[in-house]
Amino acid sequence: MKVQLIFPELFQLLIAAGLFLQSILQGDRAAPLNKWLPWAAGLSVVVALGSLGQSGLLFGQTYQMDRLSQFFKMTVSLGFFLTVINGVEQPQLEKEKQCDYFLFMALSAWGLMLLCSTVELISIYLALELASFSLFPLVPLRTKSLSAAEAAIKYIFIGGVATTVGLFGFSYILAAQHTTDLNQLVHMSWSWSHSPMAVLGLTFFLSGLLFKLAFFPFHFWAPDVYEGAGNETAAYIAVLPKVGAVAVLLRFTPLLKPLMEITTILAVLAAVSMTYGNLAALVQKDVKRILGYSAIAHAGYLMVGVVAGTPLGVAAAAFYAFAYVLMSFTCFWVICRESVDGRNLQLEDLKGLSSRVPGLALVLAVGAVALVGLPPTAGFMGKFFLLSAAWNRGCNWLVVIGAANVAIGLFYYLNLVRYAYTKQSPEASKMAYTTEGRTSVWTLSGGLFLAGLVVLFGILPDLVLRLLMP
Amino acid sequence: MIETHFPILTCLILLPLLGCLGMFFIKTPVAVRRWALGVSLAEMLMGLFLLQFQLGTANFQFVESVPWVPTWGLQYFLGVDGISVFMVALTLLMFPFCIICSWTSIINRVKEFHICLFVLISALIGVFSALDLVLFYLFWEAILIPTYLLISLWGGPQRDHAALKFILYTLAGSALLLVVVIAFRVEGGSFSIPALMAHSFSVSFQQWTFLIMALAFAVKVPLFPFHTWLPAAYGQAPIAGSILLSAVMAKMGAYGFLRLALPLAPEAAHFFAPLIIAMSVCSILYGGLLAFAQSNLKKIIAYSSLGHMGFVILGIFLFNFNGVQGALIQMVNHGITTGALFAMVGILYQRSGSYEISGNLGLGKFVPAFMGFWGLFAFAGFAFPGTNNFVGEFLILAGAFERNLWLGAVAVPGALLAAAYMLRPTQKMTWGEPSNATKWRDMSGREWACLFPMAFLVLYLGLAPTLCLKVMNPTLNHLISAFQSRVPVTLSMDKNFHSKPERGGRP
Repeated sequence: MKVQLIFPELFQLLIAAGLFLQSILQGDRAAPLNKWLPWAAGLSVVVALGSLGQSGLLFGQTYQMDRLSQFFKMTVSLGFFLTVINGVEQPQLEKEKQCDYFLFMALSAWGLMLLCSTVELISIYLALELASFSLFPLVPLRTKSLSAAEAAIKYIFIGGVATTVGLFGFSYILAAQHTTDLNQLVHMSWSWSHSPMAVLGLTFFLSGLLFKLAFFPFHFWAPDVYEGAGNETAAYIAVLPKVGAVAVLLRFTPLLKPLMEITTILAVLAAVSMTYGNLAALVQKDVKRILGYSAIAHAGYLMVGVVAGTPLGVAAAAFYAFAYVLMSFTCFWVICRESVDGRNLQLEDLKGLSSRVPGLALVLAVGAVALVGLPPTAGFMGKFFLLSAAWNRGCNWLVVIGAANVAIGLFYYLNLVRYAYTKQSPEASKMAYTTEGRTSVWTLSGGLFLAGLVVLFGILPDLVLRLLMP
Repeated sequence: MIETHFPILTCLILLPLLGCLGMFFIKTPVAVRRWALGVSLAEMLMGLFLLQFQLGTANFQFVESVPWVPTWGLQYFLGVDGISVFMVALTLLMFPFCIICSWTSIINRVKEFHICLFVLISALIGVFSALDLVLFYLFWEAILIPTYLLISLWGGPQRDHAALKFILYTLAGSALLLVVVIAFRVEGGSFSIPALMAHSFSVSFQQWTFLIMALAFAVKVPLFPFHTWLPAAYGQAPIAGSILLSAVMAKMGAYGFLRLALPLAPEAAHFFAPLIIAMSVCSILYGGLLAFAQSNLKKIIAYSSLGHMGFVILGIFLFNFNGVQGALIQMVNHGITTGALFAMVGILYQRSGSYEISGNLGLGKFVPAFMGFWGLFAFAGFAFPGTNNFVGEFLILAGAFERNLWLGAVAVPGALLAAAYMLRPTQKMTWGEPSNATKWRDMSGREWACLFPMAFLVLYLGLAPTLCLKVMNPTLNHLISAFQSRVPVTLSMDKNFHSKPERGGRP
């Protein structure tokens, strides 16, 4: 067994182990989290970058390292790193719970990394459970918040049902196709007329993943959970599980031939998902709810690449997932910095942001423009790649709906910019904000770094795309 | 393709962006203005390099082509021909003009204002010089956010509403353009516009792509009935915003028709020409009537813009040489005249605080130099012989009569209406009683400096348009002949007879 193949996973496990040790030893002797965790998470990104070129099979052909899995692992570790630097000093998390909080988060990220490489249904299922279950306890950890508890219960129930349905579907797949190995499964027949049971089973199995993706009709939890969970937790839940889910869905692409039943189902759901998410977001006032509905819409976009099914589509979806990590964190970065006491931000709270903290307002504007999909940002390039990969794959109507949705989405993302730039804040709150010390160099440089990456990959998408193209 | 040793177009796009970076190190508003003016003048000086433009060829010149995203077939591909070189020049001309016009009228957030302006200029030059469809689309959409900010931050009292309307309308129009870009790539095998021009597409494909392109371009121009964002946006935008919107951004739509819709979907353009012509005639007449009914100077010019751009689109869709030539010349001239008129309204507003005619009466006796300039630009606005607009409108009307007697007859009242709506405010502003201008100062040196070059261009292009025509003729000849060689094929419905137009340097 070649250990170097799984360096990123091992390193992530090491971080989790370190957190576990600190959690049980907790006392004066242990170094505070913010001393070592950001560095460790940063190092894990470096390790993941270093193992981008690995390829091979491990553990009895169930664990595959290839171009795609390594890229997604890098994305996950990047997301984990961003979550850590974003959330290491959150206002609504009690000090003594901090260690457990990050332990669960690290384990969840580890589960997602495993998910990127698994090519066997049972191990996919296990990795999925690891990633989900570790997330469930994070939601209610927000201090004394009833809505957080409510959100947690919703998350657990809907998540539980989705995974159960997935397991049920797995039994049908096994019964119909007699194997759980993905590389064999993709070459079998998946037409309804030939093996209806298998198609039904696959549909159910995918539902477990679609839940992670917040894809219609498994989206109900997203806005509520985002609203209930702490800002920093929401940033994680909004982004990383999506990456893992897309990584697995892309493994299924070879079996999604154009005009097959299951492809059509996914295409229709993708269209509904993006349209519904965008329309519902139009009337929201809570910034995190806006991002929650926007997440549903973006799940629809990511699915366009899956439905396209070609290597181009796979590369496009992977690029978009990567861009989505950056764009979302750019917006969440501003939200987390701006919400000084950790409460939920309303649109009204953004008023006058540009005169209070011009730098943060610029970062928010870049994030919002990228989420709309306007150039010159990674969001535009991602949408362009996705839509052009899906053209002439039997669902041109989906491409048209995807393009039209950009115009619908514009309004509510623009609202973020509008409130930040054109509305003036009342004098009283201006005073309250300027006395706060959150406009530090660190805050600004972190935000500008993220915004810079969003623009950089919008102008030079080839830097990332090169890693993904065969 | 005529390559160049010096990447002039890239430099023109990059210089304003670098200027933005420099802005971060400047503190006082005055210094920001000086820096901005310096950058814009440098940009114009650099633009003089475009004088090396070779006459007598329809090829793209100053071509730069670098792989951009090779894995996806995208190129960084720039170049100008006889059509776009005018648009680039117009943008360059408006750059320092806008900065001088907002010298005293912009007081808040001076630095941000100029950053928006710089980004906008750079994206505009990009639109007019991009020869890769994706690059074109990228620049096209990149214009939205800075324009939105210009209107919504420095505009009039209803700026928020106007800015929102502008951006929602234009993005809704152009969102589907991305689908067309992708479809052209899949059908034609390339994103490069020159390569796609040589490709002939099936008629049904042309028809739906043409409709989507026409929607995007018609909203941008704007053409009746997609014009409803125009009065709000032009009226509420700050003066520099109004100038750029009317003088340059409106031309993006017309340019889109010339660069993409006509060469890529000629049969469809021919098929839908009656529709577009009807829309443009409506714009001419309806815009004229609306302008006549306004009491607000900014709105008069805004609606007059609608009418003038109607002439431009009419000229393009006549498909004869006179019409297209007139349209292109009218695009340049309308930019100069309307830009100058908006700037003059801004100068008035600085003195009277009002955009209404009734707030600016009887100026003739007290600010004669101002009224002299106003008179010149107003006369140019209704295409008085000897001014620049006359050349364009005359050519378009000549083309219209050539195409169809009735079409010409319907368009002529538009020209008459223009005289009516321009002369009415001019008369009141010059001789109206009681005068508001008793204590006004006449034009300052700065105002002279920005209006004098415009006045010169109005007369120069009006009296000696030959140079312009010489520059544009080879390209337009090529465009029209390529178009006419394709369209009869569909008319005779003979699929076997497939005459491909000759490509390359035709005089």
